[in-house]
Amino acid sequence: MTKVLIVAEHDGKALNSSVAKCVSCASDIPDAEIDIAVFAGDGASLAAEAAKIDGVTRVLQVDNAANEQLLAATLAPQVVQLADGYTHLFGPSTTFGKDLMPRAAALLGVNQISDIMEVLDSHRFKRPIYAGNAIVTVAAPDDHIVVATVRTASYRSAAMDNDAKTRTVTIDADLPTHTRYVELQAGSSDRPDLQTASRVVSGGRALGSADNFEIIFKLADTIGAGVGASRAAVDAGYVPNEMQVGQTGKIIAPELYIAIGISGAIQHLTGIKDAGTIVAINKDEEAPIFEIADIGLVGDLFKIVPELQQALES
Amino acid sequence: MEKILVGLKRVVDYNVRVRVRADGSGVETSGVKMSINPFDEIALEEALRIRERGDASEVIVVSMGSSESQQQLRTGLAMGADRAILVETDGEMDSLTGARILLKIIEKEEPDLVLLGKQAIDNDNNQTGQMLAALWGRPQATFASEVVVNGNSLKVKREVDVGLETIEVDLPAVVTTDLRLNEPRYVKLPDIMKAKKKPLDQLSAADLGVEAGVPISNETYEPPEQRKKGIMVDDVAGLVAALKDKGLVK
Ligand SMILES: Cc1cc2nc3c(=O)[nH]c(=O)nc-3n(C[C@H](O)[C@H](O)[C@H](O)COP(=O)(O)OP(=O)(O)OC[C@H]3O[C@@H](n4cnc5c(N)ncnc54)[C@H](O)[C@@H]3O)c2cc1C
Ligand SMILES: Nc1ncnc2c1ncn2[C@@H]1O[C@H](COP(=O)(O)O)[C@@H](O)[C@H]1O
Repeated sequence: MTKVLIVAEHDGKALNSSVAKCVSCASDIPDAEIDIAVFAGDGASLAAEAAKIDGVTRVLQVDNAANEQLLAATLAPQVVQLADGYTHLFGPSTTFGKDLMPRAAALLGVNQISDIMEVLDSHRFKRPIYAGNAIVTVAAPDDHIVVATVRTASYRSAAMDNDAKTRTVTIDADLPTHTRYVELQAGSSDRPDLQTASRVVSGGRALGSADNFEIIFKLADTIGAGVGASRAAVDAGYVPNEMQVGQTGKIIAPELYIAIGISGAIQHLTGIKDAGTIVAINKDEEAPIFEIADIGLVGDLFKIVPELQQALES
Repeated sequence: MEKILVGLKRVVDYNVRVRVRADGSGVETSGVKMSINPFDEIALEEALRIRERGDASEVIVVSMGSSESQQQLRTGLAMGADRAILVETDGEMDSLTGARILLKIIEKEEPDLVLLGKQAIDNDNNQTGQMLAALWGRPQATFASEVVVNGNSLKVKREVDVGLETIEVDLPAVVTTDLRLNEPRYVKLPDIMKAKKKPLDQLSAADLGVEAGVPISNETYEPPEQRKKGIMVDDVAGLVAALKDKGLVK
């Protein structure tokens, strides 16, 4: 019997969109029974939300004051206890899942399969390596639990009209105190979330300053888009790190991606391979971004972007 | 703190556009430029800065792999590491085995801090540091963009999806680096000469008595799906028309 346990990511108030994507991935495993684990201080409303995700059989709610903050070191021993009896343990390949899942895998004595992009059968999966320049088919041993992270950009969220059973579970594990949460500096934004936005406008080094980056925000607001950036733009301090798109930033799959003043380095392209339509605006007609763009426009962004924004406004 | 241990993996240089072999047996690595994994270079730089500030006295670099990894260790010594350890392994090694080997080295060297990259840019696994911390029963601070040493603990800023998270961890601990932690120094020629005299110990994974992890086997490799060639437009009007055509704007 194939039983998948998914560790839910959340911010204490709502589930992260990665949860329903992990469920989609797990649903591709033939005859899988899917449960979700919600670790929180008080996870009642989060568990109720998880119970709505289509394809879920059970939601396990693990309340503990130590779970007010989701730290890998405190979560891992609890996850390991809960994973007993499951054939698969999945988490998202977000910073939350990347931090936690390998720690749980090591405690379970197995390697982790990172970034599942396709399920072939219960123990064979496809995943990207070398910044997405190669796709490898991997096989996990079938006499051990499969621990994996799911590349969320490869999956659509499962629908939300289920009514799964919810159960509270008490876990009696020795939780370490050597790791303590201090604070979170989160960029507050009314714009659509970069990871789930159906449209994203990104700016690169060519913007030249934080002030100039305003034209990217303006264009994005005109079309209701989220805003991203290249690493060069983040490193130069034009925008904060959570806006970086690419191999070491966010991997996204919007319907429309507009890259402005971005050259198209491999590491950036890794982050947008699954986008529906890619538009590139760059003054250099030789820029590699044009090799993968669906629509390309050569020219000076400082002239084009305001013009485009006006055209789309009317 | 006394010692800092840094992992240096030999990987295909980040500027190389890797190709999948026609028979799907792997990616072409013969004749391509090899370098220290970029995140590991950042890890070493951070260790050196901590030592130079007087917060540590010794930096040890360790690499697991073929004997060719000596090159990367020599570069690490030239950057300023005090000594190097090469653990020779046969063929491709899984992360859990890697973490078990590092744990053996830790038991011997008793470092106060282990600095690794957040991911090796060949397998993009992003798991060795977390596994090591788990096996060692010690804290992990992954994706670090700032590390502050406060006596027996560290304050680490981590790059997370929503912004920057700060955590405090007791030493000893494992820290994995993100790109913005620092900018690694360049190696100067005299340092390369000096590095030749620094100690480089060689041992084999078998010597350490490490039990190999259950590997995930790699069956076949394929190139990623190529995106279809797009169109070029001449001006903003052309761009808007093309977007309308695809139903992306009204
Ligand atoms: C291990 C590693 C991981 C990395 N991870 C990432 C990642 O996750 N994401 C990422 O983005 N990068 C990443 N990088 C960096 C990447 O290699 C590139 O350096 C970076 O993407 C370049 O950013 P850019 O395109 O904004 O800048 P540049 O490459 O400098 O390109 C600027 C572009 O703007 C164009 N331009 C200039 N002026 C104008 C103008 N007035 N109008 C129109 N166009 C103009 C230029 O023609 C040029 O093409 C990584 C690198 C390494 C080594
Ligand atoms: N063979 C190796 N030799 C030295 N360090 C390694 C090796 N493999 C992994 N590491 C360290 O672990 C980090 C994460 O690797 P990975 O989990 O494979 O993505 C790397 O950035 C290195 O610091």
